[in-house]
Formats: sequence, C-alpha cells, structure tokens
Amino acid sequence: MDRTQLLLTLSIALFAIGLLGVMIRRNALVMLMCMELMLNGVILSLVTFASQSATVSGAVLVFLVFVVAAAEIAIAIPIVLLLSRRRHTLDVSAYSELKG
Amino acid sequence: MAESTVLNLVLWLPVLGMVALLLAPRGSDRAVRSLALGVMLLQFVLAAWLYRRFDGSVAGLQFETRVPWIGDWGVYYHIGLDGLNVLLVSLTAFLGPLVVAGAFSAVQKSVKLFYAMVFFIQFAMLGTFLAQDLFLFYVFWEAMLIPMFLIIGIWGGERRIYATLKFVLYTAFGSILMLAAVIYLVYSLSQATGSLSFGFRDLYAHSLPVGVQTWLLAAFALSFAIKVPMVPLHTWLPDAHVEAPTAGSVILAGVLLKMGTYGFMKLGFPLFPDATRVLTPALMVLSVVSIIYGACLALVQTDIKKIIAYSSISHLGYVMLGLVSLDLLGIQGAIIQMVSHGLVAGGLFTMVGMIYERCHTRELADYGGLARLLPVYSVFFMILTLASIGLPTTSGFTGEFMVLLGAFNAAWPEFQAGNALPLTVAVSAVAGVVLGALYMLWLAQRLLFGEVKAPHQPFTDLVAREKAILLAFVVAIFALGLFPQGPLAKTELAAREYQDRVLGSRIEGVAP
Amino acid sequence: MTMNLLTLIVLLPLAGFVLNGLLGPRLGKGFVSVVGCGLPVLAFLATVRGFMQLNGGDASALVETAYTWAVVGDFSFDIEFYFDRLSAVMTLIVTGVGSLIHVYSTGYMKDDASYARYFAYLNLFLFFMLLLVLGRSLLVCFVGWEGVGLASYLLIGFWFEDPAKAAAGKKAFITNRVGDAGFLLGMFLIYHALGTLDFDGVNAAFLGPVAPAVSASLVGILLFIGATGKSAQIPLHVWLPDAMAGPTPVSALIHAATMVTAGVYLVARLNGLYQHAPEASEVIAVIGLLTAFFAATIAVVQTDIKKVLAYSTISQLGFMFLALGVGAYGVAVFHVYTHAFFKACLFLGAGSVIHALSGEQDIRRMGGLARRIPVTFVTFAIATAAIAGLPPLAGFFSKDEILWFAFASEHGGSPLLWAVASFTALLTAFYMFRLLWLTFLTPSRMDEKTEHHVHESPWSMTSVLVVLAVLSAVGGFVHVPHFLEPLMPLPATDHALEHLEKPLIVFAVVTGLLGLAGAAFVYRGGLARAERLQRRFAGAHRLLSGKYYVDELYEAVLGRPLRWISERVFLNLGDRFMIDGSLHGLVGLAQRTAGRLSRVETGNLQFYVLLAVVGVIGSLAWMWRHG
Repeated sequence: MDRTQLLLTLSIALFAIGLLGVMIRRNALVMLMCMELMLNGVILSLVTFASQSATVSGAVLVFLVFVVAAAEIAIAIPIVLLLSRRRHTLDVSAYSELKG
Repeated sequence: MAESTVLNLVLWLPVLGMVALLLAPRGSDRAVRSLALGVMLLQFVLAAWLYRRFDGSVAGLQFETRVPWIGDWGVYYHIGLDGLNVLLVSLTAFLGPLVVAGAFSAVQKSVKLFYAMVFFIQFAMLGTFLAQDLFLFYVFWEAMLIPMFLIIGIWGGERRIYATLKFVLYTAFGSILMLAAVIYLVYSLSQATGSLSFGFRDLYAHSLPVGVQTWLLAAFALSFAIKVPMVPLHTWLPDAHVEAPTAGSVILAGVLLKMGTYGFMKLGFPLFPDATRVLTPALMVLSVVSIIYGACLALVQTDIKKIIAYSSISHLGYVMLGLVSLDLLGIQGAIIQMVSHGLVAGGLFTMVGMIYERCHTRELADYGGLARLLPVYSVFFMILTLASIGLPTTSGFTGEFMVLLGAFNAAWPEFQAGNALPLTVAVSAVAGVVLGALYMLWLAQRLLFGEVKAPHQPFTDLVAREKAILLAFVVAIFALGLFPQGPLAKTELAAREYQDRVLGSRIEGVAP
Repeated sequence: MTMNLLTLIVLLPLAGFVLNGLLGPRLGKGFVSVVGCGLPVLAFLATVRGFMQLNGGDASALVETAYTWAVVGDFSFDIEFYFDRLSAVMTLIVTGVGSLIHVYSTGYMKDDASYARYFAYLNLFLFFMLLLVLGRSLLVCFVGWEGVGLASYLLIGFWFEDPAKAAAGKKAFITNRVGDAGFLLGMFLIYHALGTLDFDGVNAAFLGPVAPAVSASLVGILLFIGATGKSAQIPLHVWLPDAMAGPTPVSALIHAATMVTAGVYLVARLNGLYQHAPEASEVIAVIGLLTAFFAATIAVVQTDIKKVLAYSTISQLGFMFLALGVGAYGVAVFHVYTHAFFKACLFLGAGSVIHALSGEQDIRRMGGLARRIPVTFVTFAIATAAIAGLPPLAGFFSKDEILWFAFASEHGGSPLLWAVASFTALLTAFYMFRLLWLTFLTPSRMDEKTEHHVHESPWSMTSVLVVLAVLSAVGGFVHVPHFLEPLMPLPATDHALEHLEKPLIVFAVVTGLLGLAGAAFVYRGGLARAERLQRRFAGAHRLLSGKYYVDELYEAVLGRPLRWISERVFLNLGDRFMIDGSLHGLVGLAQRTAGRLSRVETGNLQFYVLLAVVGVIGSLAWMWRHG
C-alpha cells in the first residue's frame, strides 16, 4: 500500500470511528468530539488530495473546513453547556421534547 | 365616469375600507362603525347605479376590464357584468350596509377587525361573481375562506371552533379537487390552441370528450355542491349558521351559498354540457332530495337558526332544480330564487339576531307569544315567514313558481316520450311547497303566538335602526315579488346563452 | 272610466288595509270604522257601476290590464282583470255581503283591543278575494287564492294568545296548501298544453273545434283538488270546523259567504273545460255528494252553535259541487248566491246570540231566547227556513234546481244522486230546525248570570241581520242561472223524466217540512228526548261526535309518521350517523394515522442520526446500482 492509500485509509477510519461514536455515544461532549473526528478525517483526505494536485484549492478548502469547524465548536459547546444547566446531565436522550 | 371604472371601484372599495380600518389608529368604536357603514352605503349606491345602467338587450359582458396579470401564464385580471352576475352583485352590495348596520349592537369586541373581515369577505364574494378569468375566479373563491374562518372562529358561539374548522376544511377539500380540474382543463386548452389561457370565453369554446368532461364536471361539481349546499354534502351548514355571529349568518345565507349555484351556472354546466346532460337525472334527484330532506329536517329542530339553515338547503334545492331543468322559465326562476333566498334568509337571520340580543337564547322552547311583547317585530317576522313560504306578491313566490313551472314544462314532454323521472321530480318538488309552509308556520306559531314567555324581560321592541334594516329587506322582497319584470329583462339574454350552451355539445367533431 | 274601474274595485280594500294597518291604532276606532267599512261600500258601488256598464254595453266582458308581471321567452304573464256576468254575480256578493259584515263587525268587535288590526285584516281579505274573482288568468286567481288563505290564517288566529286558536289558523293554511299543490299542477299542465293561462282562453280552447292535447279530466281533477282544499270538501275539509275559533263575523264572511265558495267559482269559471271532462265531473259530483251527506250527519250531533253552522256550510258546499258535477254550473253559482245570504245571516245571528249570552256557544245551555232577542230570532228563523228549502224563500229555488239536475241531467244525473241528496236535504232541515229550537224555542237552560244579562244586539248588528234576512227571503226570485246562461248553458235533461219535475219539487218541500216536524218533535221540550235517543244509539253518536275520527286518522297516517321519519330516519340516522358520522370517521382516521406516523419522531437525537446514515447509505447503494 502506498502513502496515498494509507492516508486515505486513515482518513476513512477516522471518519468511521467518528460516525460510530456519534451514533453510539450518548454524552453530548463526546458526540461533539466525535464530530470533530469526522471533520478531521475529511480534512486529512482533503490534504492528501491537495498535496497531489497542482492547484491551491485543496489547501483553501482545508482552511475553510478548519474555520467552520472551529466556529461550530465555539457555538456548540456553549449550547451544550446551557442545555446541561437545565437538565444537569449531558445525556442526549434526556432531551426529547420534540418527540411526536 | 366610465362604468368599468365604477365597477372596479365597487369591487375594490371594501379593500380600501379594510386597509383604512386596519391602519387607522385606535379610534372609537363608533367611528369604526360609521366608517364601515359609510363605505358600504357608497358601494351600494355605485352598484345600484351600475344596475340601472346595465342594458339587458346587449349580449355578452358589460363594463369590462381586462388587463394582463400574470402574463406568462395567460392570466388576466378580467372582470365584467353580465346577466348572470348582475343581480348577484346587486344583492351583495344591497346586503353590505344591512349586515354592517345589523352588527352595530351585536359585536362589541375587536370591532375594527370585525368590520375589516366583513370588508374582506365582501371583496372576495364580489370578486367571485365578477371574475371572468378562471385563475382570478379561483383566487377569489379561496380568498373567501379566510375572513369567514375568522368571523365564525372569533365572534361565534360556543362550538365555534368545531363549526369553523368543519366549514373551512369541507370547503377547502372540494376546492383542491377543483384546482386539479382547473389545471387539467387549462392544460388541455393550451394543448389544443397552443397558448395558455384562463379566460372563460376561451374555455367555453374548448371541446372535450364526454368521459373527460364527466370527471372534470365531477370535480367542479363537488366543490360547488358543497357550497350550495346539496344533500348529502350539507352538514357543515347548520353548524356554521348556529355558531356564527348574526352578521356571519346573514353573509353566509345571503350571498355565500349563492356562490355555489353561481359556480354551477357560470362554470360547471356550460363548460361541460355533454357531461351535464348525462348527469341531469342524478342532479334532478339530488335537487328534489335537498328540497324535501331539508324541509323534513327543519321540522324537527329546536334551535331557531338551525330551522332557517335547513330551510336554506330546501330553498336552494329549488334553484338547482331550475338550473338543471334547462327550461328558460326554470333558469330565470332559479336566478330570481337565488336573489329571493338571499333576501329572505338574510332577513330571517337578522331577525333571529335581534331576538338573540334581547333574550340570549336560540332555543324555540324558550319563546312564545312574542306577538304580544314585540308587535312590530312580529309583523316583520310574519312577512319574512310568508316570503319564505312563497306567498304570492313576495319574491319567494316568483322564484318558486317559475322554477316549478319550468321544471314541469321540461318534464311533461319527457313523460310523454316515456321518461317518467323528471315528472316525478317536478311533482315531488310541488309537494315540497306544503312542507315549506309546514315548518315555517310551525316556527312562527311557536315563536309569535300562544302563551307569552321569553327570558330577560322586559325588553324593547325594535329601534329605528332595526326597523330601517328590516324595512329594506321587506321592500326588496315585495319589489321582486310584484315587479320581477325589471330584473328578468336584465337576465334573459344571459339565461338564454346558458341554456344554449348546456343544450349544445362540445365534443370534438359533434355539431353543437 | 272603464279602463280603471276594475283596478279601482280591487285596490279600494287594499288601501283600507294599509290605512288601518299603519294609522289605525293611532287614529282610533272611529277612523278605523269609517275607513274599514267605507272602502268596501265604495267597492260595492263601483261594482254596481261596472254591472250597469256590462249590461249597457254589447261586450260580453270588461277587460282591464293592470301591468305586466313578467315576460319569459314568448310568454307574457300579465295582471289583467275580467268582468263578465259570472264575475258580476261573484263580485256583487263579495263586496255587498262583505260590506254588510264589515258594518256588523263595528258592533261585534266594538270592545276588542285590536280593533284596527281586525279591520286591516278584513280589508286585506277583501282585496285578495276580489283578485280571485276578477282575475283574468289562473295566475292572478292563484295570487288571490293564496292571499285569502293568508287572510283566513290571520283572522282565524286573531286571538293568538290562545294556542288552540293559533293552531287552528295553521291547520287551515296547511290544509289549503295541500290543495294548492294540486292547483299548481293543473295550472302548469294548462300552461304547457295551451300556452295561455287566461280563463276565457282556456274555455275557448276546450269549447273550440280542435281538442287540446291534454286530458281535460286530468286538469279538471288537479284543479278540483285545489278546490277541495279551499272549499272544504272531503278529504281536505278538516280545517273548516276548527276555523270557528275566529271571530264570528270572520266565520260569516270567509267561511260561509265568500272564501269557501272560491272552489265553486273556479270550477264554474272553467265550465268550458269541465264540459269536456266527464270523468272529472263525475268525481266532483260524487265527492260533493259524499261531503254533503257526511257533513250533514255530523251536524246533527254538534253542540256548539258555530260548529253546527260550519258543518252545514261544508254540506251546502257539497251541494254546490254536486251541481257542478252534473253540469249545472249556473245553478251552483245560484246556490252560492242564496247561500251567501242565508248562511251569513245565520252566522251573524249566531254571533248576535253569543254576544247576547256574553260568550256562551254551547246550545245545550241556551233556550228561551225567542222573546228575549226577537230581532235575532226572527231573522235566524227566516234564514233557517231558507236553508231548509221552504218556499218561497231563496234556498228553496236554488236547492230545488240542484236536486232536479242531480236527478235528470244528461251530464251524469241519476236517481241515486238525487236520493242521497234528498236525504241530505232532509237532514239539513232537521239539524237546522234542531238548532233553532234548542237556541230559541225550548225552555231556557241558561245559567242565571247569563240569563240576567241577555240583551238584543246593537243596531249596527241587527240592521245587517234584517237586510240579510230580507235577501234570504226574496233573493231567490232573481233567477241567476238564467242570467248566467250565455256563459254557462244549463245541461240538457232527459226528456223522459221531465214530467217528474213538478212532483220532485213537491217532494223536496215535503222533505223540508218533515225535517222541521222531526226537529220540533224531538226537541220540543228540551233535551230530554234527544238524550234518550243518544243513549239508545250511543255508538253512532260517538262516531258522529268524533267527526268519523278523520283528524285522528290524518294525525296517525300523516302527521306522526312525517315527524318520526324526519327525526329518526333523516336526522338521527341520516344526518348525524351517516353523513356527520362518516365525516368524523374520516377525521378520526386522519388523526389516528398521523398519530401512528409521528411515532418516528422519537425525540432521540441518535435515532435521527441513525436514520440519516441509513438514508445516505441507501441512496449511495441505489445510485451505485442504477448509476
């Protein structure tokens, strides 16, 4: 397996682990971390492909995703914080008011 | 001023009034009422002027306005007066001030919004009658639902939410099927002529195979039949009437129900004549079922408004009978009966409202001997009762007589040719006049005569405003009863045109 | 002047209605009396003028067009008035007797609080009645026809605070309406077949060379159904006895002299049609005869003075229809004319008795009034003799001709008809003289207080009684059938029977005298003998007192089933259960379906994520498969 394939496998693995974590874990913060993992997996694959092509668009995309991920985390964590102040738990299954 | 401008003014005046009311700062209720009455009176004067100017000897539309609206779809803002809608427009404009004045003492909360809604519905009703473009017609048809929903839902009685939801959902269901039919119809027309058009003139000329016509007619007929209402699609009406405020009932009975019959007369039957002829036996049977079923049910009600609601079902059965008889007398009679019913039922509901304001009950069992307590009221009630029964010299007689004679005239040759159904229908309809007298006189008896009883005495007899309103109704009823030739002359050409269209054929390749 | 005379006659009472209705309560009884009586009198004078014009001119009729009501297609519905000899007779009766009864009412209703309303309604009635008899077309006649029904309704239920009286008015209107349905159908048929609704046009069409393409008998029977309603014949006779709830002058005017004769007028007016409708004529004759007979039997046991007269009216109307049925149209009108005089006199006389006795109407509690109220007694006696057919009073002439034509007419006369009719005439004499005896000639059975207050009626009432009594006496000498012959030829009579004419007259007189004698015998001493007979024939008496239980029959067969079907079947089963039920079922279905479908929304975030992932994988797989 050459370097590209290895990196891509790693990125898929990161993505899959992240996805699995989102689906399985119930702690809100852990879910967020797993979502970061998914993003990072995507970023890794972007970097891999970017290094192979001559254009600079890959790197630009990477930076875009970085910034969006950071912004997203900056908003998501306070939301989880505020929610946790209501229910005193980080278990997402406790928040099901939109049921039905 | 050109007549077409005046016609536009008549249509849009309520919108101006509505905007003025909603945007105006929080003023006194009295100012609101005066403004509302003023606008409605102005509208009536303008409409009356147009009525005088309408020339019954000229075929086709008068006072037209036709400007492109949504050009890409071939939709035009096309309005005009013809023999079929001139009387209904006049009726709507006539009832406007009466509704507004009648609600002066009845509506005490959110007065501004109430009159704004009345204006809105006036606009929607007039638009439906005046529209000569199918898209425009549909928009107005649907638009009427919103203000009615609010009028019943906000100012209505105890079960108002149930009643208004039933009314809106029932009507909307029919409208959706009609929309599908409209789309197909216009699509079919565009395939045939190569250009999109919603205009009635183009649609009348479009030919369709009988099978297609039947489906389309069924879709249109469902929507119109719910509105008329025809049995068995009528159950929304008693609930809506009982729960609506008086003004709502007067609008509903006075004009709204006519939108259904007008739809049949203007669109349903002339657009699909072959299908109409195929369905005529069924329609005849349904009409006479409405007449008799409505009358029978009126006989066993305990709520005064329900009695009048079921009597409306019965009276409009006569209209439908006249329309499907395809006899000129029947058609003219149907048109007159539409106007007559608007006046009579409108008047009766107004009177129920007056008694409700005094005694706060609609149960017949709570009343008796009102002729002793409210003599002037009783005179008016008796006159309206007699008009409902169809006593000669009232408009009720004119309508019923012409419809029955027309139905009979069309049925007798059929009978001699071997088809007994139309004659059975006609004879049953004549029998319906006995039932009509039965329940109305029973109502008058329980209400006006016998032992005197009424809650919340003492109360006053009619005040000047109430007398003026009822006098307007009564004068109109007698005018139409004694001198129907004026209106008849204006509608004759259009009635003939309707007759020709429905008797003709529009299957491709078949001679009309 | 000709041009507007008929319109004037019609409009004068209408003006009375408007004036009395609007201004009467404010301007007081004097104003109401003058307007209320004056205008009908003016109408009478105008009618006389018209009559003279008719006789003087050479036209067979005066025709006036008021206006065009509606034009539909090629047909014009015009409001026109027509005055020929028949109209003249009818209008003179209506305005003449009508005016007299208006004058009587000023005395009778003097103390009533709703004096103005009474005269307004009475004038309204006169207006509609004149429309009926002066209308040229069936349409105008129908307007008047329904209108008099309205006036009757209002006047029967005049004292509306009594629910029974109000109910009687309603019963009258509804029963009339049933008849009106028949009238309408007959009218429609005529319109369709002949293209005209004018009476003269219809008669001409049937009398002309080409027979119209419609069955005369069918039309005849349909119109006769209308007549049975208005003229209280079987089976629509049930309203008339109840109508006695109204004030007595109303009973005299509407339910004796004028409105109830509208049916007779209609058939007589359309004699051209009926001459060519043998089946219809037979039906009319038989129903008329049966009505006459059964009503007479009921009258024999009635104890209310007005009810006796009511059933007597039904019976006499039956005689008129019998005459019409055998083709003797002019004779029927003759009987209308004489009947108006003596029946009005009888009713007004009864009113006078009731007035004298402060409201008592039960004849079992009367008696001995002959000397106390002599004018009433004498006039009542004359009218009674007239109705019994004793010569030379008016009733003798008219009834006799009816009996003769019933026997000998070639249009359906038969000995059977004559026999039953003669027996009915015997009963008529019997019950009328029974009434006379029990009311006036037997010893008093009044209670003391009433007896003390017995007084003769005021001059306004007794003068009218005298006039009517005189007319009942001498009216018969005006030979109306002869006057009407140009319009309505008398039917041909079987030549073989002509020699029996004189004997039959004698027989009829003897019948009348027998009735007189029988009544005198049974009732001479009071009620004792009658009560013994009543006990012996208790079953028959119950049947007759119960009026053959026709009202109960109608209620059981029509009234209750109608209400039952309307309530149980239509309302509960139809509307509520089936229609609303299916609606609510649909709504419930929608709600339940939505409820079940919304279970997907668990509120659990991870479940949503799972669904999203499954969806993505699924669509990717599908694209891979079909890509």
